[in-house]
Amino acid sequence: MAPNETSAVATAENEFHVDAPTPWEVMKVRARSHMGFWIGGGFVLICVIVAALAPWITPFDPFDQDLDKRFVPPVWNEEGSWTHPLGTDQFGRDYLTRLIFGGQISLAIGFLAATVAAIVGSIIGMIGGYFGGRVDAVVMYVINSKLALPGLIVSLSLVAVFGGSFLVLVLVLAFAFWDAYAVALRTITMQIRTQDFVAAAEAAGASRRRIILSEILPNLLNQVIVIFTLEVALAILIEATLSFLGLGIQPPTPSWGGLVSEGRDQMFFNPYLVTIPGVTIFIVAIAINMMGDGIRDITAPEGRN
Amino acid sequence: MLNYFLNRLIVAILVAITVSIFAFSLLRLSGDLASELAGDDASEAEIQAVAKAYGLDRPFHIQYLDWAGSALSGDLGVSVFSNEPVFEIITAAMPVTIKLATYSLILSLVIAIPLGILAAVRRNTWIDRAALVFAVSGQAIPNFWLGLMFILVFGVMLAWLPIAGQETWVHFVLPTLTIGLSSMPVKMRLTRAGMIEVMQSDFIRTARAKGLNRTSVMYKHALRNAILPVVSITMVSFGRLLGGTVVVESIFALNGIGFEALQAIIRQDFPVVQSIVAMIAFIYIALTIISDLINAQLDPRIRLN
Repeated sequence: MAPNETSAVATAENEFHVDAPTPWEVMKVRARSHMGFWIGGGFVLICVIVAALAPWITPFDPFDQDLDKRFVPPVWNEEGSWTHPLGTDQFGRDYLTRLIFGGQISLAIGFLAATVAAIVGSIIGMIGGYFGGRVDAVVMYVINSKLALPGLIVSLSLVAVFGGSFLVLVLVLAFAFWDAYAVALRTITMQIRTQDFVAAAEAAGASRRRIILSEILPNLLNQVIVIFTLEVALAILIEATLSFLGLGIQPPTPSWGGLVSEGRDQMFFNPYLVTIPGVTIFIVAIAINMMGDGIRDITAPEGRN
Repeated sequence: MLNYFLNRLIVAILVAITVSIFAFSLLRLSGDLASELAGDDASEAEIQAVAKAYGLDRPFHIQYLDWAGSALSGDLGVSVFSNEPVFEIITAAMPVTIKLATYSLILSLVIAIPLGILAAVRRNTWIDRAALVFAVSGQAIPNFWLGLMFILVFGVMLAWLPIAGQETWVHFVLPTLTIGLSSMPVKMRLTRAGMIEVMQSDFIRTARAKGLNRTSVMYKHALRNAILPVVSITMVSFGRLLGGTVVVESIFALNGIGFEALQAIIRQDFPVVQSIVAMIAFIYIALTIISDLINAQLDPRIRLN
């Protein structure tokens, strides 16, 4: 929903008789008291900033090996020190630095994959929902074919064929996730399509393009954002899974799943190498989920829970 | 009802054909499977020989029709890696995965349904919130990492359970926990949402107004209706699990279908990969049809529409 538009309409109404709060005001009130949204969103924001500023935040290089300093334990261990707050790995690389640079890659892949999926999936869903009939039958058939495929095995195969580069992973994950948008937006577009304001626009002679872009799309945006946040979390988890299985970002480039995979051999002797990246993925995924749930609650039409 | 069934069946067959073509092309997408199989330092003549031996020099559609034709008569070709018939590889691995998927499904339902009901009945209390936190955590924990942590804690530190192998049911405890906990949240949320929706519906209000006591209304009237979507998602979820056990099987050294698929992908063993992908997709398609039919049988609104 475009905020300016909504409040403009609301102000116009207020001049006459309406005392009820505008949707935008309702959202502001809800947002203010929604703890989950602020905690989750705040944490995600911090992660993004830290990842983006990685080279300026940490004094170490993620690839610099120092074989005299292998397996320095994290700072909460008696032998740990603040020089390497999360210790070092089997090659003496600073683990916090690897984690931050890994975050750069994992977050970037997650956000980009979810974005590509959102664009492709939304377009497909809107086409099916808007045109209906045969067009919709084709859209449903494409969606059903996608749903029948075992997602993880297909993703693994595609990475094995095209290689574990950044671009390939973004595209493979986008391919794995577009259907959620398509399914949801198809249904909502169908419902919106039959409403009066669309009929009014049609009667006024608006082109299809105009109807889809300025009548239907604004009403779908909050759904897209909600699905988007949840899919970012999922994409990060699946990217980590692919990297963990060795078919994702290739070492020595750090990624969160890759760190777990690299630390796996050391799991019984230096468990922090596995627990730290795992807990990081977990907390980030929870934060993104909290943010998504928050956005859903805040933007939900009145009365829904 | 018959019309509805025939419609679904025709779409399903189209989807199955599409999916089988996709599965067949999966490892061929690189464009040059023969040189991948022949290895990095193979000569042109060797590549030609490999292509000829596997029939890769023929046009794509001939290869596909040949494979699909033999597959219909039960011949899925032989593994490029071990020369074993693919059919035997799959039938040997399938029982392990089916066992794992069944146990995990049961575990997730046993947790999800009571918890979902409890959360709905005690909506907006601390019980509801705790259930939500539990669900969000289950969704956010990376599968592979949870499995490793179980190995670390229950397998090594406490030494209660075996961490590898598939000989007895005890070997399945940790893998089942890992998958069950991550597939539980969706079912729990669905049960909760369904229960809340049904509890607000007219026939429940009527039943309460008649003076029936709360408990009997909850469990006799509401639950039956609320559980419908869970029943149908259970079938679909089983189909999903068959293709989603890759990670857990490889962590716990179970020789199931997921592990075979991963091995085959890494070895570019295309006859195995294409058959596994197609087979999992076919099972999924069959399960969705069955679940659609059950739904239509239970809910006249679906079959008459």
